[in-house]
Formats: sequence, structure tokens, C-alpha cells
Amino acid sequence: MAPRTLFEKVWARHVVAEGPGGQTLLYIDRHLIHEGGFHAFEALRQSGRRVRRPDAVFATPDHYVPTAGRAAGIADPEARVRVESLRADTRAAGITLFDLDDPRQGIVHVIGPEQGITQPGLTIVCGDSHTSTHGAFGALAFGIGASEVAHVLATQTLWQRKPKVMRIRVEGERPPGVAAKDVILGIIAAIGAGGGTGYAVEYAGSVIRGLSMEERMTVCNMSIEAGARAGMIAPDETTFAYLKGRPFAPPAEHWERAVAFWRTLPTDEGAVFDREVVVEARDLAPRVTWGTSPQDSVPITGRVPDPAAVEDPVRRASMERALAYMGLAPGTPMAGLEVDRVFIGSCTNSRLEDLRAAAAVVKGRRAVVPALVVPGSGLVKRAAEAEGLHEVFLAAGLEWRDSGCSMCVGMNGDLARAGERVASTSNRNFEGRQGKGARTHLMSPAMAAAAAVTGRLTDVREMRI
Amino acid sequence: MERFSTLTAVAAPLDVPNVDTDQIIPARFLRYPRSAGYERFLFHDQGPDFVLRQPAYREAKILVVADNFGCGSSREGAVWAIKGAGVRALVGPSFGDIFFENCFKNGVLAVVLPREAAADIRRQLHDRPGALVTIDLGGQAVTAPDGTVHRFEIDPYRKTMLEEGLDDIGLTERHEAAIAAYERRRREETPWLP
Ligand code: SF4
Repeated sequence: MAPRTLFEKVWARHVVAEGPGGQTLLYIDRHLIHEGGFHAFEALRQSGRRVRRPDAVFATPDHYVPTAGRAAGIADPEARVRVESLRADTRAAGITLFDLDDPRQGIVHVIGPEQGITQPGLTIVCGDSHTSTHGAFGALAFGIGASEVAHVLATQTLWQRKPKVMRIRVEGERPPGVAAKDVILGIIAAIGAGGGTGYAVEYAGSVIRGLSMEERMTVCNMSIEAGARAGMIAPDETTFAYLKGRPFAPPAEHWERAVAFWRTLPTDEGAVFDREVVVEARDLAPRVTWGTSPQDSVPITGRVPDPAAVEDPVRRASMERALAYMGLAPGTPMAGLEVDRVFIGSCTNSRLEDLRAAAAVVKGRRAVVPALVVPGSGLVKRAAEAEGLHEVFLAAGLEWRDSGCSMCVGMNGDLARAGERVASTSNRNFEGRQGKGARTHLMSPAMAAAAAVTGRLTDVREMRI
Repeated sequence: MERFSTLTAVAAPLDVPNVDTDQIIPARFLRYPRSAGYERFLFHDQGPDFVLRQPAYREAKILVVADNFGCGSSREGAVWAIKGAGVRALVGPSFGDIFFENCFKNGVLAVVLPREAAADIRRQLHDRPGALVTIDLGGQAVTAPDGTVHRFEIDPYRKTMLEEGLDDIGLTERHEAAIAAYERRRREETPWLP
């Protein structure tokens, strides 16, 4: 057989039928749901259809959940209705729910891997664009809209056109102080916010192979910020070691067989990609965004770019608009920019290693601006507390919250105010994303922690840790 | 779903690239059911001089956009807001993948034209606000206000779905036997999956 890519192998295994015009009916192994699923459940009810495979669906509330005072219930009645309807819809259909009072509750893209629901070689979907996160395990995982969610609930399949495949290799040795977040921000800056549109991306190369599973998730998470619906990394010993013994991972009696199958998945020598990109690790540095698209990032040692130096009039106009929104003048050094607020959390950077990295920076220091630390799941929170990380954060004056999406999108009310500058570990610096008029700068957990204790964008490499 | 054949209508130009779905509909409105009328939320946080608020474009049924329109969040509410406001078609050089799919699921035609062609139509729409654009789905052609005809490609499956106003769950249910056979095979090959 001709050499095949990881993507091709996973795709081919899931073909149920070929349809007209190059559409393929793909089987979906696992389907994750959050409160946004209510539109799809409503559509099913209206058409009189049932959930075909409730055992393949896993749900948790994350977008609307309070991150403080949870025991008192949800004060905002509209948010409460969303969480209650998730509860009612999943119960009626017999779907596993990690509910608000369950220690396993958390951001859907954190708990899938944590529970071992996410595995190599699977197709995984969720009505959420950061489903690409799960590709870190060598799964084909992508976000879908509400109509597609209804389609998967009803049929456990999805019509898809095969995307092109791009390989992005990050080669060399990762410089000290460079986090997984810096790797992916660097990649997005290199290929652009639309550079991955129409592609599934495979991340490869020595730097990627050397990443932990949590770091790989950070990288794959932001594939969609480069336009790619799916990002994948070949499964290896790191992947298998992470999965072993997790609740929904293959049990002991099937483990060897599962691993043997997973070992067949990596891209074959000589397989051809539609596009190849190489990023040199030596060019990587801690990065921060200056604009309103995740592609707008520079090294922390850099400056706000000057639209006047850009020839393309469309690009120039959009840069001018971004700088006006962000309240920044061309040429301003990024380091030293004062921030009003810090957010450490989101499906990009809310796992145990992220919290450790942030705690290492704030330890023995004091936050000078309001800072929220929101673990990605109840289990992450518990593990962090077992290590005493919460004491480090609390002693430094940061807030230690319960798990959820929180200020990544602010749907639960954790919002920044208009004009406030936020150092954030989330994935989107879009206009209004963290609150109407709020100005988001994306960065790694260590960099956000540095901003919390200095009140400014700060090169974390210059701090003693 | 409403069928789509030929549409001649006012078109509005949106020149900014990378318009994300958070701009099309801010997240705080997604808590409402679709029946709440999502058109009220369309580009909610844009200022009063935003192109769709200008009188010449109020009746627009076509949006001519720039690169990577609809990137970001998978929220289908973005398409519901667009469709709710009466828009039936979008024309642009590239679209966010999930948004593109969501358009077709809702009977909204998203046409991909070369970057220059889309820019040229937008220029004409600025020069003559309220000018008409025609989209012929059967003939796969967009006619600009100055009469220039641009041919476009479309996946035949999507074309049929739009032309006949079909819902694809019904189509898929005809493949039930193949789905069940797939599940039997999967149980043998990967017995650790439910
Ligand atoms: S953390 Fe943010 S990006 Fe991730 S699922 Fe929640 S809202 Fe979406």
C-alpha cells in the first residue's frame, strides 16, 4: 500500500459510505456536548428523532457555570436554564453527564482527555471549534455547528468533504522559556489566521515529539485559530503512558491490543502532504499578541507593528482598526505595556502543568492587578491543591476559582470591562471576546503570571524563578 | 428548508478580512433559543456607521465579503443571525470552514470567488450603494453590478441540497444498514469502544 498520513489512516477507517460530489459519510466514535447543545436537542425534538448512541456521547456544563460560590446555585436565571436543559436533555437521552457537583466536571476539552474518552485513531466531534484539542492524541477531532450536532446525535455519522493535509514540522531544540503556547502562536503568525483553512494539520518534528501530552493539547487546541478545523499529533509512548488506567481508556484486558493498533497510526515514511511548513525552533520566543486576531503576535521583545509599513491596503486597514480597538500606537514596545487584569485558564492553558508554570512565577511575589486562576476541571483543581499550588496563588493575591470557561468568553459573567487590558492565557483576542471593549493580549501561563505580579507585559525569561 | 435558485438583490460590501463569528454575533446572545429572533443580534456591537446599518444596504440579501469571513467559533447562531436578517447568499474569497458548512445547513449559499473578483464587486458596491448582484445557482455564476459574470464552483451535493431545500439527516437515514454494518465491524476490531 502507498505510504499514508496519520490523517488518511484515521479518515479511511471511518468511511461508512461515499456520497455524491465527493462527500463521505464518516462514522463518529465519540461526541462531546456542552450547554450549547440545546439548539441541537431542540431540533431533534422538533423532528421527532432520538439520540442513536447515547453511550458514545459525553456531556458537561462549562460555558455558563459560575466559578465562585457554586454551592449557592447559578444566580443568573438565563444561564441556569442552559445548565438545567443540558441536565434534562442528557438524562432523557441516557447520556453520561459530568454535572456541576461532579468533581469530574470541567471544560469539555479538558475532561475528554482526562477521562480517557479521547484516544488515538478515533473520530471525535463537539459543537465547539476547539475540539481540535483532542487531535493531540492522534484522533481526528473537529468542531461542528448545531445542525451537525443534531445530525451526529441522530445518526452517529457526519457528511464531510475530505480536507487537504498540511504538515507543520517544528525542528530543532526548544529554547529555554518557550512554552507550548509560544510554539503555536509562532506557527499561527507564520501561516496566518486563514493559513490552515481547508486543511487538517499534522504537527511533527523534534520539538513536537518532545512535548508532554498537556503541551500537545495546547498546540492542537489553537489549530482553529489558523483556520484548520483539525490538528493532529502522532501517538507515541508519551500518549500511551498518559492514557493508561484512565476511566474510559481501554481496560487492562484490551490494553495491549489497543496499543498495537495505535502504533500503526503514525504517518508512514514517504507519505505526501498537500503542503509542508517548517518552523525553526531557534526562532521561537515567548510571544504576546498586539491585535484582534490570534495571528497578530510578536516576541515579547518586539514592538507594535506599523500599519504604514504594510503595502496591502486591506491588511493595512485591518491593522489600523485593530490598533484603534487595542488602544496601541505603532512602535510601542510590547514589554512594559500596563495591564489591568490577568486571566489564567481556558481549554488552551488550564491544565496542571499550566498552573504549575504560573505558580512558579508568582511564588513569593504579589499580584498588583486583579488576577483569576481558573482550573480546567474539578480534577485539575484537586490535583493542584494536592501540590499546594492554590496556596501559592492565594498567598500572591490571585483568585483561585472553580472550573469552567470563565473569562475566555465571559458567558458566565466573568468579564473584563471596556477599555481594560487583559493578559490572558486563552485562545482568542477577538474584539469583545472577554467583554465589550475589552482588550485581550494572548500569552502563555508563565507570561500571564509575570504580568500579574508586575502589572505589565513582562519577559518571563528575565524574572528569577 | 427554503429552496434556492436564482437571486437578484441588493448586495452589501464588507471589506474587513478575518471577520470572526464573535463579531457576527457576540457570545452573550447565544443563550437564547433561535426562535428569539437572531437577526436582532447580527453585528450587534458594531457602530452606527457599520455598513449594514446604512440605509442603502438595509434591504441587502447578499453580502460580499473579504478573506476568511466567519472564522473562529463554531456558533451556528452566526448564520441564523445572517439568515434572519434576510441574507440568502455570501460571496467572498474564503470562509471559515465551520461557518461555511453551517451556511449550507441553513440554506444560505456561500460562493467562493477569486480574491480580485470579490474585491472588484465590493468596489462597485461602494461606488453605487444599493446596486444589485445576481447569483444563479443552477448556472453557477455571479453577475456584478457592471454586468461582469464570474463563474463559481460548488460541490454538487451542496448544490442539490440547496436547490431542493433538503435536510440531510433524512438522507443519511437511508444509509442505516451501512451504519449498522460499520458498528458491527468496529465492535470486532476495537472491542474496547462502546
Ligand atoms: S475555554 Fe474558551 S475556547 Fe475553550 S471551550 Fe470554553 S469558551 Fe471555548
